[in-house]
Amino acid sequence: MTSYLIRRVLWIIPVIVTVAAVTFFLMYRAPGGPWSQEKPLPASTVRRLNAKFGLDKPLWVNPTAAERAWDDGVRNPLRLGRAFLDSQFFNYMFGVFRGHLGPSYASKGAKNVEDVIREKFPVSARIGLVAITFAVIVGVPLGIISALRQNTWVDYLSLFTSTIGISVPTFVTGLLLLIFLSRNFGVSPVRKPHEWDGLGPAYLAPGIILGLGTMAFVTRLTRTSMLEIKRQDYIRTARAKGLAERPIVLRHMLRNAMIPVLTILGPAAADLVTGSIIIESIYGAPGLGREFVDSISKRDYSMIMGTAIFYAVLIAFANVLVDISYGVIDPRIRVRR
Amino acid sequence: MSSPAVSATRNVAEDVRGLAALSETRPARSLWSDAWRQFRRNKMAVAAVIYLIFLAFVAIFAPVIAPHNPVESNVQEAGRYRQAAWIDDPNPKRTGTWEYPLGTDSIGRDVFSRLVYGTRISLVVGFIPMIVILTIGVPIGLAAGYIGGRVDNLLMRITDVVYAFPALLFFIVMQVSFGDTRFGRLFNGLILLFVTLSIVNWTGVARLVRGTTLSLKEKEFIEAARASGASAWRIILRHILPNALGPIIVAAAFIVPGAIISEAVLTYLGIGLRPDVSLDAPFPSSWGQMIYDGKQNYNVQPWMLIAPSLAIGLITLAFTFVGDGLRDALDPREQI
Repeated sequence: MTSYLIRRVLWIIPVIVTVAAVTFFLMYRAPGGPWSQEKPLPASTVRRLNAKFGLDKPLWVNPTAAERAWDDGVRNPLRLGRAFLDSQFFNYMFGVFRGHLGPSYASKGAKNVEDVIREKFPVSARIGLVAITFAVIVGVPLGIISALRQNTWVDYLSLFTSTIGISVPTFVTGLLLLIFLSRNFGVSPVRKPHEWDGLGPAYLAPGIILGLGTMAFVTRLTRTSMLEIKRQDYIRTARAKGLAERPIVLRHMLRNAMIPVLTILGPAAADLVTGSIIIESIYGAPGLGREFVDSISKRDYSMIMGTAIFYAVLIAFANVLVDISYGVIDPRIRVRR
Repeated sequence: MSSPAVSATRNVAEDVRGLAALSETRPARSLWSDAWRQFRRNKMAVAAVIYLIFLAFVAIFAPVIAPHNPVESNVQEAGRYRQAAWIDDPNPKRTGTWEYPLGTDSIGRDVFSRLVYGTRISLVVGFIPMIVILTIGVPIGLAAGYIGGRVDNLLMRITDVVYAFPALLFFIVMQVSFGDTRFGRLFNGLILLFVTLSIVNWTGVARLVRGTTLSLKEKEFIEAARASGASAWRIILRHILPNALGPIIVAAAFIVPGAIISEAVLTYLGIGLRPDVSLDAPFPSSWGQMIYDGKQNYNVQPWMLIAPSLAIGLITLAFTFVGDGLRDALDPREQI
């Protein structure tokens, strides 16, 4: 189990390197430099900015710097290697692993990408928290009820709504709820900036919409696994020894039914992250998702790159966390590995 | 109520008749005709297929169905935001007429006509990447599963990385990077979108086919084929592929709505397809573009946003029902 965990966590590193390298490459070859704007900056300013942020260095490797270091009498292979790798790409990669994602070019380097993330991410995290809470609190009981009352109207209703929840994207449900709220209640669901400080009612609509897909999936999974467990021998044994219905459902069925539900929380994390990008821009939430969308329209390449890497890391860790939690919940899995 | 004895004799009689019928020439049922019977029993799936066929007709005959040109702005209607036909507005100039069933947009284009033409992009964006993905993913998956070894390892490492990279983020990075290049502008950006969608999705299909191939490879009938001297090609093409087809078809049915949603989301973010403004363009409007426009104006003309949102919601729902129906019919192992 321990060696599996170590391998699992270490595997995150090559994944991050690949994601960072791919985004770096794609962003580098995107048209228009980081300083291009409607009114072009004077060449001298561009040169100064490039020098300040190391954009005048070679892209991949820097053999000239290594040669210069050698001529200066440096013989330490580590320092020579560092000079050789004194390039835009490797400087960026070294930064990523120290948590530095570089300056945001749109702000002319006044802000660092990691500072923007630190400032904006809490809003996204709160929306995600509301979403996942909603998904579990509503999805699990709904799944239990429809499994216990299989083939009744309750079951059909929950199956139908969960099919809609799974297939219709949050993008569409979010927009439709937006219209519905503003038409029928005369309230604009787009809130004032201060309403997003702290977990307030502003988070209700975007959180629920974001959690809708996950909720539907949780409902379906809970239902399927409850149905399967209902027919197991140990449930019959529990009944035979005269156990009341409530402990059977809660202690014997639910605990086993939760394992498949847990497995989807990893992929759900990815869904929530990408979903939040859309939801935040629909509801005007000042979170990282909207910041990301804004940085796309501003062509703020370092911001796009940094946020993409941050999201990838987040999802990679969520997946590992889910893997670990299997073992905690179900000892059988621990043994098998 | 009949007595038990009577019903028992009747059952025996039915059994005998049933056996007789079996021993007579009942037309042999293949896997496919069996699957078709199963599929037909799923009413939602059948309704969904009919709806999709209807959409295909709409897409093909858009010029006949659409009452107006989807690109041409009607100067008299411009800036008026005429409401949908059944909505009364205090301003008589904005009260709906059936000339513009879903009202008009900021520059006086007919929302309904734009919706009709938008069907084309959604269907094309759904189906063409699916075909590309299958032509890449299926052979690679077959090879990895049948040959195994290094090919297999390489495939699994690639899929690991692709899985870790959130799809939407990759789409966004690709679109930002290539969107303004000459390649990115080919066919209003459709080619770039196809390439991006294929890069992300082929790994899923390859992994699925690999898994199916691995389990089929161990079956007795493959061993029998090998024993009777069939070549590897023949085994793969005649024995493994037909048996792996069920899961592949199901996966394909779920790729389509994903691609449609991706197009809409990217276009909504302003980095997807570029609308073609020429009057006789084959792909003049996309639902994602309409949502983008509608989001700016939903307080004035709500149907600019409701219509394309519902259209996307319905088409993805239809594909889910078809996918579920296909899975029940073809791939009985995996049922959620």
